[in-house]
Amino acid sequence: MSQIFAQGLVCPLDKNNVDTDQIIPKQFLTSVSRDGFAQALFYDWRYLADGQPNPDFVLNAPQYQGASILLTRANFGCGSSREHAPWAIQQYGFNVVIAESFADIFFNNSINNGMLLISLSASNIEFLFSRCQQGTQEWKIDLAGQQIILGNNAAVGFQIDPDIKQRLLSGLDFIGVSEQFAPQIRSYEQQRASQQPWLG
Amino acid sequence: MMAKTLYQKIYQSHVVAPVNGSTDLLFVDRHLIHEVTSPQAFAGLRQAGRTVRRPDLTYATMDHNVSTQLRSIDAAGETSRKQLEALAANCKEFNVPLLDLMHPDQGIVHVIGPELGLTQPGMIIVCGDSHTSTHGAFGAIAFGIGTSEVEHVLATQTLQQQVAKTLKVEITGTLSPFVTPKDVIMAVIGQLGTAGGNGYVAEFCGSAIRGMSMEGRMTLCNMSIEMGAKAGLIAPDEVTFAYLKGKPHAPQAEHWDAAVTYWQSLYSDDDAVFDKTVTIAAENIKPQVTWGTNPEQVIAVDQPIPAPESFSDLIKADAARRALTYMGIEAGQKLTDLKVDVVFIGSCTNSRIEDLRQAAAVVQGKQVASGVRALIVPGSGQVKRQAEAEGLADIFKASGFEWREPGCSMCLGMNDDRVEAGQRCASTSNRNFEGRQGRGARTHLVSPAMAAAAAIAGRFVDISYVERAAGAN
Repeated sequence: MSQIFAQGLVCPLDKNNVDTDQIIPKQFLTSVSRDGFAQALFYDWRYLADGQPNPDFVLNAPQYQGASILLTRANFGCGSSREHAPWAIQQYGFNVVIAESFADIFFNNSINNGMLLISLSASNIEFLFSRCQQGTQEWKIDLAGQQIILGNNAAVGFQIDPDIKQRLLSGLDFIGVSEQFAPQIRSYEQQRASQQPWLG
Repeated sequence: MMAKTLYQKIYQSHVVAPVNGSTDLLFVDRHLIHEVTSPQAFAGLRQAGRTVRRPDLTYATMDHNVSTQLRSIDAAGETSRKQLEALAANCKEFNVPLLDLMHPDQGIVHVIGPELGLTQPGMIIVCGDSHTSTHGAFGAIAFGIGTSEVEHVLATQTLQQQVAKTLKVEITGTLSPFVTPKDVIMAVIGQLGTAGGNGYVAEFCGSAIRGMSMEGRMTLCNMSIEMGAKAGLIAPDEVTFAYLKGKPHAPQAEHWDAAVTYWQSLYSDDDAVFDKTVTIAAENIKPQVTWGTNPEQVIAVDQPIPAPESFSDLIKADAARRALTYMGIEAGQKLTDLKVDVVFIGSCTNSRIEDLRQAAAVVQGKQVASGVRALIVPGSGQVKRQAEAEGLADIFKASGFEWREPGCSMCLGMNDDRVEAGQRCASTSNRNFEGRQGRGARTHLVSPAMAAAAAIAGRFVDISYVERAAGAN
């Protein structure tokens, strides 16, 4: 069974340890809205001090305009828990990030926004970067079949937690799911209040 | 019965129900919120017609973008004011207790939680802030969450979680004089790397940890997130119980003994198996200084700045090259030759009373070097009042430090406390990322004593060497 979760142009960001301060700097965090963060993505790398686009930053390269798959290295999204980071990535137009590894909080935040984060071995990441060096890439992401379809019969398989896969495929509202456990939550609260009354 | 780690014991005691597969629904004992990561969560609640399930287990403060010069919500700019007003309105609408800017106990969320006794052993504590790991110092599972999860906790007082792997970090022996918990955690991060803890909950143990105060333990757990750990934990002991006794939200007299009896059961069993173990001898840890743009790029103050070629990993070598350029330094340079422009003592890592005492001991009777801007930002109203009562504030002011109001301040520069482009800052905060303290700012993370010494000398100082030299005389 093949089900295409996403497809599109790949933008390679060849860095380790891209932290959430780089993904979206602090000055954009005073918003009370969930929207309007596309322009803030990678702001200090993307724009020069005078506000002009930095021609040396990969996101500004003409061949990567309209990219929807971000390829990067290890420990992407480390640092602050700001969910503004996945909001900015998604609002810019990326719905899939492929990396060697992700920081835990960033990973959860992204999944909670319906983004797919794919972890691959260092050698597979290297292979994908080398493909990008050969020319611009358009890939398809088959989430049900757990593979990145590179074209010309080439594909790279990936692992994903089955619970997360299910959530992404079905688009479940995770608060709604937890609310179905209201009786169990009530009973836990009662037991907690009687056994550990100091907890409040 | 199978031996368990402390983390596993607390996790299992909080399972409300299995959700599916390997996901459990866990009960949350304390939910701390602040102005930056909560407005969209409240908006989501409102949109879905939901309410806050347990406002009595939810506590809010204003810390991230408040001015530390004036106690006014107008003082940090228009967008900050709107965010602070939104928090106040949301707390009012949903009956969440708020320590606003005018409250005497207002402060950094990870300083006030413990101070008020909200943080207790055996709890699960969450907050929309990555440094929530701080509260693990009390033997609680405490971790940062995103805004969608803040909304989830507000609505249900639970979170969907999966069991993390366990990492044991043992610090044996005794710390040398002038080596602080900040140096310990920076040395651990240097060894494990910024991603070394990804997927793990770290438990710190060993004689050096037992010898630490609660303030020191909080510093240690605070930076567990900088090695990617989901949480940091320390088993509670008499030091923990003594700290909590009498705190406003700590168990009161009628429940105290029962609480302590329960807390005494919170430790990793002797034969519990950890997924990974790291042991470091305290004697081998020297005062640490970061030289690069992530916390694993750290060395002892007496080591030369490393050459990119010295990293066998090509990507790390490339990151080192970029970091040296950004930081305006060269391989082989001595840290003690680097002049500093700004010194910041504060943040949820190092703004507690013990941190200020250590800094004051270094600067007493001395003057901040000419051309250096030095700030002390206490972590809370309580810390500020205590430091003033102990005479520490007078020492700082006489030495030429600015003495500020509580807040996150220059750790992340969301308010008007920023480091200018190209300026070098000795900072007691937790992140030396590019642009963290201001665009182009060059951050070196250090302990409060090291920061204080740098303020006086105008450059980095090996305080352990100064101490040894004084001893030799």
